[in-house]
This record gives sequence, structure tokens and C-alpha cells, in this order.
Amino acid sequence: MRKRDVAWATVALLAFWEAIALLAGLSILPAPHAVALVLVRELGRELPAHFAASLWRVTAGIGLSVLLATPAGLLLGQSRRWSALLSPLVYLLYPIPKVVFVPVVFLLLGIGDVAKIAIIFIILFFQVLVLVRDQAASIPPQLVLSLRSLGAGRRALFRFVYLPASLPAVLTALRQSVGTAIAVLYIAELFATRHGLGYYIYFQGSTLMDYPAMYAGIVMMSALGLGLYFGVDWLERRLCPWK
Amino acid sequence: MISIRSLRFAWPSAGFATASPPLFEDFDLEIGRGETWAVLGASGCGKTSLLTLLAGLARPEGGEILIDGERLVRPRPRTGLILQDYGLLPWATVRENAALGLRVRGFYGPDGIHAPREGAAATQRPGRGPDGVHAPREGAVPDKADPAEVGPWLERLAIADIADKYPLTISGGQRQRTAIARTLALGPDLLLMDEPFSSLDALIREDLQDLTLELCREGGLTLVLVTHSIEEAARVGSRILVLGRAPNRTPRVIENPGPAGPGSPEHSQLCASLREALEATPGGGR
Repeated sequence: MRKRDVAWATVALLAFWEAIALLAGLSILPAPHAVALVLVRELGRELPAHFAASLWRVTAGIGLSVLLATPAGLLLGQSRRWSALLSPLVYLLYPIPKVVFVPVVFLLLGIGDVAKIAIIFIILFFQVLVLVRDQAASIPPQLVLSLRSLGAGRRALFRFVYLPASLPAVLTALRQSVGTAIAVLYIAELFATRHGLGYYIYFQGSTLMDYPAMYAGIVMMSALGLGLYFGVDWLERRLCPWK
Repeated sequence: MISIRSLRFAWPSAGFATASPPLFEDFDLEIGRGETWAVLGASGCGKTSLLTLLAGLARPEGGEILIDGERLVRPRPRTGLILQDYGLLPWATVRENAALGLRVRGFYGPDGIHAPREGAAATQRPGRGPDGVHAPREGAVPDKADPAEVGPWLERLAIADIADKYPLTISGGQRQRTAIARTLALGPDLLLMDEPFSSLDALIREDLQDLTLELCREGGLTLVLVTHSIEEAARVGSRILVLGRAPNRTPRVIENPGPAGPGSPEHSQLCASLREALEATPGGGR
């Protein structure tokens, strides 16, 4: 995607928002310029701390899921025996919407950061696992054979074939599930916390009735999602230049 | 150089599939150093399996394969294997792919600790550098495994100008040149090729056939090239092994009378006798 096109789309969206706000004239739909002013004000107060809390939870969840799901996916993709043993389990668990486990995770892990990170972890883990497994399983046997003929043993195969082959799968999994992860983070932050953008948005909107501030929170949450999405894009261009 | 003695081989059955019939039974063959061999046969005759066995990537069920007097039990550092396709890493440039063998050697280092030891072939000398398992023994080739040394091979194979491109963006001929550079950079003495040129255009194919023979002559390499094409066998092989329907027992070897180009009476004569041999072998000429 070209940067100029993205900038144009942003301008078009803001113009659309401004027009709707003007036509509606409702206090719960402030115009973007009003939200921008409040956003600047709030950035001087507590909003950055809420942003940081959310950012920490989502990156910790992403990091943990990539660290654990990638080796597990490689194992399942490479080893027929492990795949036969565990794939039925993955097959059953993969399609279950993980968000339904939110109350269970809170009950088991308490109401702190651990539970919120765990929820994001559960969602991303299966996405990464399945995509890395399929990627590892689709590596042509000829590729492995020719590496073995060059003297590669198990460790060299891992280093030169399986690890680089799994990178794009990890990034694709992240791109597909970062949006879901942030949506679920919002829900998780509604419960028993005083930190995070989810809490901030809800508190401003339904307790303080400060709608421009609520929208400032929404803008920051969108920025978090977009930032992660663009980050994945950037990593893909850096790490997978052959694509 | 290569002695195949009383070879018996069948692919092991996978899962619930019935065991595949043996491809070789009591099969003997001698291949001399520096000879160029073509292995010709219809699909399913076992020619690729023979190459896999010679590469040490599969084990005989019975009998043995000796290379330079040593029993083959695993891939041998000085054997180079080139497959029809898919041999290159898609995420690595031509230069990185060509240097891959050297990097694999550098990865294990000359210590030999990570080399699995089984059988008599692992006659390494402890603590004395290259172990002869993942890296050749001392003196076999220059023991430095410096990926930068691949440069001259890129020049020799005329792919230096595309060294920074990725395999998906270059032609099939250039991909095969990269695979050849990667193999030759390791200083092999035996080159195994499995239908290496069959997906290429005729002119490029002939070009690479000649280049391969030239490189084998320059380096004194022994060549075993598997093909289903009579013309290719006649062009490349100084001796041609014709395989028929499995199981193969007695090798049928046809001598190439000499380096006569296509179109010459000798060449047509050879092609005719190869075709005859293919049709005469049980299961051939299907």
C-alpha cells in the first residue's frame, strides 16, 4: 500500500466524520476537530499511561504466543507422529471463539495483567500454530533432501529451512489476528482494572459523559491497532524481502 | 570409485500402504573415477531411488554401496546432489543459495561433535578438525568454509550479475546454474544429478549439459546423471545404464562410442540402440 494513498484515505474518512457530525449535531457524535483538541489535552494527562498499559498487554500477549506457538507449529509440521497425536486436538480447539473463555481466564488467573495477557495469548496462539504448522508441512521434500545432501543435520535444517520458512507464516498470523486481539483486549479491560484504553473509553463515555474524551480514547485504540498492523507490514518487508 | 554389491532395495511401506515391490535385487555395478554416467529408464524403474541411495539419503535393504572403498551409511561430504527443482531456498538470494553448503559446513564447524556416529564410515580422528562426516576430512578440499569464496563459482557459471536476485525472479536455467554453483563450491568429487535439465528449454538444456561435462572434466569429477531422455543420456553419458521394470537384477550398460554431436551417424546409432534397449528391457518403452 502506498503511503500517499493511505494519507488520502485518512483525509477522506475525517471529512466524512466531520460531515456526519455536522449533520447530526449530537453531543455523542463530536466532530473530529473537537476530538483532536481534547486528544491533545488528554495526551498531557493520563491517556499516555492508559495507552502504555494496553500496549504492554497486547505486545506481551503477541510475544508469548509467537515464542510458544512457532516451535509447536514447527514440531507438528515436521513430525508426522506428533501431528497425528495433537492435530485432532488443534482441529477441535482452533474454531472455538476464544473470547468465550474470558470469564474462565479471569476466574483462574485473577484480575491482574496476567489474565489479560493470557486471553490475548490464547487467541493468537492457535492462529500462529496452525499457520506455522501448515507452512512447515508444505516445505517441498526436495528442498530438505538437497539440504541434507549438503551435509545438513537436524539443527542446520532448522536454522536454514524451517525457521526462515516459518517467518512469513508468523507474520501472516499476526496480521490476521491483531485486530481480534485488540477487540478482545478492550473487553478484557472493561473488567476490574483502572488502567488501559478499554477502561478509559468506557469510563469517559458512561461515567463522566465526556464524549470528546471517549473519542480520544477510541482514536488511541485505533492507533494501537494500526500501529501493530503497520509494524507487522514493516517487519515483513524487512524480514521477507523475497515475497 | 563406486561399487554397488548385491544391492537389494525397496521403499519401506508408509502407514497402511502395502510394501512397495523391490526396485533392485542382487544388483552389482562398478563406476570408475572420472567417468560420466547416464542412468536411463521409464518412470518407476528405480533410477531416482538409485541416486538417492548413492547420495546416502536412503539405506539399502541388502548388499552394500562402497564409495572410495568406504561403506556408505549417510550423505558423504564430497558427494554433490542436484535435483530437478525446489533445491533452492526461496527466501535466499542466488549468492546466499550458492553459499549455502559452505554455511552449513561453517554452522557445524570442524569439530565433528554434532556428527552422528554409526557404522564404520565414521573413521574420524578426534580433535583433528574436519570430521569427514558433515565436513570433509583435512586435505580433501580447502578446509575454510568461507561463504565469500563462492564468488568465483558465480562468475564461472555466469550468474554473478544476478547474485542478489531471488530464485522466484530468475529463469529455470539460472536456478539450475545456482544449484550447480552451490554444489561445486563444496569441492565434490562425485556429482549426482536427478533429471536436472528436464524442465528447461532445449537450447538452454544443451547449454547446461555441455557446461556440466566441461566442469566435470575440469574438476575430474565423477558424474551420475539420471534422465528419462534418450538424447540427454546419449549426449552426457560416456556409459549409459538402462534400467527396466523393477526389480532390476543385471545392469544393462551401453558404451557411448565417443564424443560425436547430435546429427552424426554415431549419435543416431547410439540413440537407436538405447531405444532398443529401453524397449527390450521388461517394462521399458511403456
